Amino acid sequence: MNLRIVVLAKQVPDTRHVGKDAMTPEGTVNRAALPAIFNPDDLNALEQALRLKESNPGSTVGVLTMGPPRAVEIIRQGLFRGADTGWLLTDRLFAGSDTLATSYALATAIRKIGGVDIVIGGRQAIDGDTAQVGPQVAQKLGLNQVTYAEEILGIRDGKATIRRIIDGGVETVEAPLPLLVTVNGSAAPCRPQHAKLTMKYKNFQTPTTWSVADIDADSAQCGLAGSPTKVKTVENIVFQAKESKVLTASDADVEGLVKELLAEKIIG
Amino acid sequence: MMDNVFVYCETEGAQVAEVSQELLTKGRKLADELGVELHAVAAGDGLKGKVESQILPYGVDKLFVFDDPVLFPYTSAPHTDILVGLFRQERPQICLLGATVIGRDLGPRVSSSLTSGLTADCTQLEIGPYTDGKTGREYKQLLYQIRPAFGGNIVATIVNPDHRPQMATVRSGVMQKALYAGSARGEVVYPDVAQYVSPEACVVKVLDHHVEAAQHNLKGASIVVAGGYGMGSKEGFDQLFELAKVLHAEVGASRAAVDAGFCDADRQIGQTGVTVHPKVYIACGISGQIQHIAGMQDSKIIISINSDPDAPINQIADYVITGTVEEVVPKLIKYYKKNSK
Repeated sequence: MNLRIVVLAKQVPDTRHVGKDAMTPEGTVNRAALPAIFNPDDLNALEQALRLKESNPGSTVGVLTMGPPRAVEIIRQGLFRGADTGWLLTDRLFAGSDTLATSYALATAIRKIGGVDIVIGGRQAIDGDTAQVGPQVAQKLGLNQVTYAEEILGIRDGKATIRRIIDGGVETVEAPLPLLVTVNGSAAPCRPQHAKLTMKYKNFQTPTTWSVADIDADSAQCGLAGSPTKVKTVENIVFQAKESKVLTASDADVEGLVKELLAEKIIG
Repeated sequence: MMDNVFVYCETEGAQVAEVSQELLTKGRKLADELGVELHAVAAGDGLKGKVESQILPYGVDKLFVFDDPVLFPYTSAPHTDILVGLFRQERPQICLLGATVIGRDLGPRVSSSLTSGLTADCTQLEIGPYTDGKTGREYKQLLYQIRPAFGGNIVATIVNPDHRPQMATVRSGVMQKALYAGSARGEVVYPDVAQYVSPEACVVKVLDHHVEAAQHNLKGASIVVAGGYGMGSKEGFDQLFELAKVLHAEVGASRAAVDAGFCDADRQIGQTGVTVHPKVYIACGISGQIQHIAGMQDSKIIISINSDPDAPINQIADYVITGTVEEVVPKLIKYYKKNSK
């Protein structure tokens, strides 16, 4: 079966390796100090897409991303690993989107792409950790949905069989296409960049770039205007600092602490 | 009557999830503050006669039980149809869900359908006023959805001024459950599922559903030994299991330790993991990102073992041992064994 596969991918600041200069003195995020990376779970999603392409000859994989012009790098990374094409949604009108406005833009673009059988995204992005955009896209397009997927086991007779992780266990589900799947970070890691493809797409700079008007989106549903959630305040947290008892790693200090905790019946 | 507070009660078989009961307790407080009712909704198979006693004592004025074989095991579309249909009819102002696999699958689908705002993994929920900076419009009583953001480096307060319901998910253990001392109406209704769920919504089939009882009781542990990226390796991390064994403690981990593969994800403590409230929390090689501290700051006694004397977690620690975990952890084991007899 020829599948038309779209991978949702996001360029994110690498919040896992935050240095001391990650925050400005005013308490806002200093994005310039954080490297921009391919959202980790989205790489797991890309791998599932590429495997489906291999097991279903004639299938195509396209990477759809929304972001500033430099997010074209995400599409390049996808092409280097085996994707066939990409679409970049970029427009100032998309700025300030919450998850709902983001899902509106992505869903509208997927409708424009047309004929999509399966949409695969990472479970969540590390700069928000919400896991909301995938299901919100699925709802807007009326797609079936399988979240927290570990592996797409196969597609037969227009139905995908998928193993997913649930709280305290695992499930295997069968879902008819068209379908949206979100993939866990614990799923199979993405293959590395392919040398020949990297050479081929080395100078690739201009994927299909779409603005709000290009996808016939309603600007009232995009960006800040289309976001029901508003950020009221953002604060650096100031912890209620305690008076700490500072000890060394010496035998005397460690034994003293253990005795104190035992004497006060805090442990034991 | 509209504008009530709704809690989606998650079930496994006929067992109501603890996180749902925690949210009922929080929802009751919010409803009291707003002067409205607390309503609950449960959807599954074989619930009638089994879930009522697990839900009503938390101060529920009205419980909607949707009972039908198509509703268990959970799949997205039928549960979405139920909440969307029920909310169009009842028009609640607030909806709370557990930030579980089910809650995080269902919440965004419902919010997308109703175009309402949803905030994930809130660590605090409060009621307060809001003035829109652009329009100057004032709102008296909005739900403040408070959560660490951006990898836990900041805390954001989110509001949904104009869309209802205001939706939020909360992780297990963040709120504390308590039976309601006041009196609530306790009405129970059993709506006709077919009125809400179309046959086309039931096309995803669960072929195999396997759930095991938790391997550990981190959430309820009275002593927690937790390791961070400073444990250095999986082997290094494993010595915490030894310390935990002698102390009769449970082992937890920071997100960095889980991401590094030192430990299973179900032991992660923090905003995107488990929230713990132990008597003693021993943080080993944990620097103390906000998103971690959000999950353990209510521990009674905090002991930090860190080679960096300026590790942020030391600020909230009662005892700080400046030293490497390789040196200190074996000593803790040795001197506990020596002195506890």
